[in-house]
Amino acid sequence: MATMQINQEYIQPKYLAIWKKVRRNLLTTIGFFVVVLFLLSAVVGPLVVPYDYAEQNIEQRLQSPSVDHIFGTDEFGRDVFSRVVMGSRSVCVIAGTGAALAVIFGLVIGLIAGYWGGLLDDVIMRLMEVMMSIPGLLLAMLVLFSLGSSFYSVILVVGFMYIPVVTRVVRSVVLDIKTRAFIEAAKLRGESIRYILMREVLPNVLPHLAVEASMRFVYAIFMVASLGFLGLGVQPPTPDWGFMVSEARPFYNNAPWIIFFPAASIAILVVGVSFVSDGLRKMLLPGGVSSD
Amino acid sequence: MTEMYRSQKSIDTDPILDVRNLTVTYRTGQGLVYTVRDVSLQIAAGEIYGLVGESGSGKSTLARAIVRYLADNGQINSGSIKLGNTDLLTLPMSKMQKIWGSRITMVHQDPAAAVNPSITIGEQIAEVARLHLHMSSSQAREKALEMLRKMRMPDPESVAKRYAHQLSGGMLQRVVIAIALTTNPELLIMDEPTTSLDVTTEAAILDLVRELLTEYNMAVLFITHNLGVVANICNRVGVMYAGEIMEEGTVRQVFNHKLHPYTRGLLGCLPKVTNDKRNVSLSAIPGFIPRMNHLPSGCIFGPRCKLVEDDCQAERPSQVEAEAGHFTACRRWEALQSNPDLLMDVQQVRDMDEHEEGPLVFTASNIKKYFDVTASGFDSLFKQSGTEIKAVDDVSVGVRGGFTLGVVGESGCGKTTFARCIAGLEEATSGKMELEGQLLPYTVAKRTSAQKKRIQMVFQNPDASLNPHYTIGDSVSRPFVLMGDLSKEEIQMRVKELFSAVNLPEDYINRLPHELSGGEKQRIAIARAMASEPTMILCDEPLSSLDVSVQAALINLLIKLQDSSKISYLFISHDLAAVRYISDWVAVMYLGRICEIGSSEDVFLPPYHPYTEALLSAIPVPDPDVQQERIRLEGNVPSPIDLPSGCRFHTRCPRKIGEICEAQEPPWQDVSDHHQICCHITLDELRTMQSEVIVGQADTLREVR
Amino acid sequence: MATYILRRFGSILVIVFLASLIIFSITQFLPGDVAQLVLGQFATEEAIANLREEYGLNNPFYIQYLDWAVNFVQGDWGNSLVSRMPVFPMVMSRLRNSAMLAVVVLMLYVPFGILLGVLAALKRDKWPDQIITTISMMFVALPVFVSSLLLIPLFCHFLGWLPANSSILPDSTFGEALPYLILPAIAVALNSLGYVARMTRAGTIDVLRTDYVRAAYLKGLPRRQVLVRHALRNALLPTITIIAMDAGMMIGGMLVAEVVFGYPGLGRLLLYGMQNQDLPLIQACSMVAVALLCLANLIADLLYGLLNPRIRVK
Repeated sequence: MATMQINQEYIQPKYLAIWKKVRRNLLTTIGFFVVVLFLLSAVVGPLVVPYDYAEQNIEQRLQSPSVDHIFGTDEFGRDVFSRVVMGSRSVCVIAGTGAALAVIFGLVIGLIAGYWGGLLDDVIMRLMEVMMSIPGLLLAMLVLFSLGSSFYSVILVVGFMYIPVVTRVVRSVVLDIKTRAFIEAAKLRGESIRYILMREVLPNVLPHLAVEASMRFVYAIFMVASLGFLGLGVQPPTPDWGFMVSEARPFYNNAPWIIFFPAASIAILVVGVSFVSDGLRKMLLPGGVSSD
Repeated sequence: MTEMYRSQKSIDTDPILDVRNLTVTYRTGQGLVYTVRDVSLQIAAGEIYGLVGESGSGKSTLARAIVRYLADNGQINSGSIKLGNTDLLTLPMSKMQKIWGSRITMVHQDPAAAVNPSITIGEQIAEVARLHLHMSSSQAREKALEMLRKMRMPDPESVAKRYAHQLSGGMLQRVVIAIALTTNPELLIMDEPTTSLDVTTEAAILDLVRELLTEYNMAVLFITHNLGVVANICNRVGVMYAGEIMEEGTVRQVFNHKLHPYTRGLLGCLPKVTNDKRNVSLSAIPGFIPRMNHLPSGCIFGPRCKLVEDDCQAERPSQVEAEAGHFTACRRWEALQSNPDLLMDVQQVRDMDEHEEGPLVFTASNIKKYFDVTASGFDSLFKQSGTEIKAVDDVSVGVRGGFTLGVVGESGCGKTTFARCIAGLEEATSGKMELEGQLLPYTVAKRTSAQKKRIQMVFQNPDASLNPHYTIGDSVSRPFVLMGDLSKEEIQMRVKELFSAVNLPEDYINRLPHELSGGEKQRIAIARAMASEPTMILCDEPLSSLDVSVQAALINLLIKLQDSSKISYLFISHDLAAVRYISDWVAVMYLGRICEIGSSEDVFLPPYHPYTEALLSAIPVPDPDVQQERIRLEGNVPSPIDLPSGCRFHTRCPRKIGEICEAQEPPWQDVSDHHQICCHITLDELRTMQSEVIVGQADTLREVR
Repeated sequence: MATYILRRFGSILVIVFLASLIIFSITQFLPGDVAQLVLGQFATEEAIANLREEYGLNNPFYIQYLDWAVNFVQGDWGNSLVSRMPVFPMVMSRLRNSAMLAVVVLMLYVPFGILLGVLAALKRDKWPDQIITTISMMFVALPVFVSSLLLIPLFCHFLGWLPANSSILPDSTFGEALPYLILPAIAVALNSLGYVARMTRAGTIDVLRTDYVRAAYLKGLPRRQVLVRHALRNALLPTITIIAMDAGMMIGGMLVAEVVFGYPGLGRLLLYGMQNQDLPLIQACSMVAVALLCLANLIADLLYGLLNPRIRVK
């Protein structure tokens, strides 16, 4: 009858359990620190940069990385490190605000479309489908080109562009939640629509929304960088990673550092946020393997 | 020790399946969990062995262990499994795969999920014939048709070309059985094969399995939670509890002598078609199935057993052969044997008033609910319009204060939609509803807050009835908060009262729904519904997802609450025995209409509506001695979009009298003041052609009165 | 099936119409006056007024739109404001080049994305899965110009296999163009590869857990047959929709890649139009992109319907 007892030796030793946990969350941890680093540089950037990002110094142009200029200088002799740090500011603010706009509007529209359903839902979702029928980058380019590109218009365009995606996610969660018995019980005891939406539906949408928001942040960075590269992002002299890359392309062979540091920053930030997003998904939506 | 006594067990022929001392474990975060412990069973050719148990008893794990198809974290620790002369546990996996589908085949619970949606039915049978019988493509196709014919499938040629979504659940299960029998296996494992089916379909499938067994001389392991099905179809039965077999014997031995307290407990939990709440109460088993990683010492059923002694908890009892071929794992089996009523005598007569005709608190007249399946918006431009689903079509009922109206019918009959119309969750298309003399608006949004409080609902799925983000205390207190005029302390007090009313400890208040079992969640749902002191609670299949022992406790609770607060229930269920037990009045629904309504004892006695008769004859009665009339329905339930003309039941009615059934709507006929039948056949004719479907029922009733 | 096709086709037409309305409206806000642009800085007031009349620029918005739309459907896409040449042949020759690029992109990521996704699903939670999911996570949102900058040094400078510049003659044949297509195609394909691999993995895992796959194993079918005949058939069905959903992203990626590598495709033509404020060119390129995206969705819908017996057989 000894086999009837729980066999203790099958319980893993403690250090192994800890290592497994860390390993499972390794990428998330790395991503988290990357994001914190970039956000920090966006916030305290102006205080720590050694040079003015716009200060030109022809004598110092195209200097390779050194103690004075750790990322080197560009074709106008501007300090690349200062420009990269300041560039994180515009990327984080634009992509962050844009993603937030998309999430807020997408949440509201998705809640309404999903909860009320019927013709309203039909019209809303068709409009979203129309918006999604224009390739995202193209739509952004057309709008920015016609209306002029500025800090605010880039935010608006990025925000507007991702509303349909967020709406679709929120709506599908709401459609699932609203048929659950606890929502019907709330209706039966006479709760207001406001209460049902805010207190019964919303808490169940939030985990999905958080994951979606992090995904939108990833894609917003992608979009801001791409627009910058095409010259439709924030306008000079404000430093923009995408534009820095595009500007530096003629100097690719003799001064690769001008192109490398902003490009690497984009890559690291995008990948870092992706890792955080994936960690969020595993933590908040443990059941599903679906990833979109 | 176990081995020794097992060897004494006499089996006439060599068993096809011989499982000895099998122990199966799963590796989990909490360590090793022993899901199946020291289980032995033998099945001979031509024998159907019923393995019965509640959820978590390890019966499905046992089945998967036999075919060695356990989850990745599962493992067989000890024991042996022999199929004929083959030792399955020493076979390499590649050899085992050759046994799958040829010597051992399986039928699973949900036929709709077990058939591949993108391969034709015929091909799914034929591929087995090609693989194991080494047939050519054309031979295999012919074999597939032959198998479908054997399953009594109408028009096999066309069925073979169809896909899963074009067949009903019952037909799909026939297909799955056809696949399983193609290779003429030695062992057929059926894991809850009828659980997802309606009762009439279930009866037809059980008939089919019984017939096929005479042709195929195989051993069948039949896993189910339904004691009625076991009594109906099995030769031998093993009662499983928390990973061990508690009692084993022939069906008659086990059902008639019940030499284990758990078996007695399970059977005591079941409402019988012959019982109602006025004469007996159900004896629920107290406590819970132990968690597999915290097993009690000694007898695992000890903590829940009324006969438990100190010795029971000292050492795990071994199985004893009480009579030839009848084994029990209870130390006190002799006490059980000498007193057949021991543990079964808790059926005290309830002190409830006989039909004291209370006032009608709720009436629904001519309620209709048509769903428009026409797409809205842009799509409507490309879709033909005017298709309607008549889910509820002209239904009228009345509910008296403190009484229960049961509504029975198979899935798709409109019973749930009807309840949702009353609740105001669906907007009725037409009809009139009155609550305590007041006209009731169609939707809940249009009802006054007083009206909302008076009608509450308990839903089918306990997992979805509570918001996972709030503690159950929050969920129960919310109706009081809404009342607005109660202080925090008063609310606290009322919540505690409700917790004790539904027999939940107060310290549950701060728990989250996921920390509760299904039965506990359903109690909370009842408590929440009771909070506003409603006139009527609509119970939409509240028991269907629960184990029998939990069901019994919940039925007792509902009756207790009704007795104390004179509340009315509209009790919807597909389980006729439960409805019979709990209801004062019963309405039988078919395709959106009521076809018979009356007091519950009258509805369950002749004359019946032919549909009621068929339903009753299909109930699996958990008593091998009960004789049932065998009336089986042909074909599928017609689509509610394209309803049959005249009597809706005529397409399947075994008692159809002729063209009148197809041409004219049947009239309502009064059998008595409280019993009406909607049928073309006159009552006298019905009386002469029908006898009691479940024999012995009338006697019992008369005795009790 | 016929009504399904008709319905999808109908709603796509409606969407294309509404999208054209959006594009036309946005381009109306273009900075500067079209007539001024055409005639140049030194045109007389009178000449500008005449041209405005001739171009119908004084008409109400909806008339202007209708004129434009009717002409557009008839294949009259106007003349370029810069070169004065008809836009239609110009766009078509670039469309051909972009289509060649698209073919290479699709051939790169569809098979590999599906392969990696299925592989990850089969090796779920083991190291191949960990590697594939991590890499696809990294690929999924890496801007094309960034990945190009990683690829160019590797393939062109270090290995020396492929040209870093793809500014080929606009009417090169596919064979001639192919060496120049590979690098931009890889850069574009990485995004989609990550996405398709992730989604295919999810879909395959879902199917591997179904009862019918278990039933197929327990029929005794060999593992390969279970996977190919029973699992993948159902698992890959949603992948069709996923590839179509990704098409918008892919078009954007191709646009950037054409700029990075100097490839004479539709994207570069569009950017050229923008730099020169060439309104008809911008409108034409945009509409072609929208039409392509809608076409991709339509094809996906049809393919999905064709392969899914639930839709094919009612």
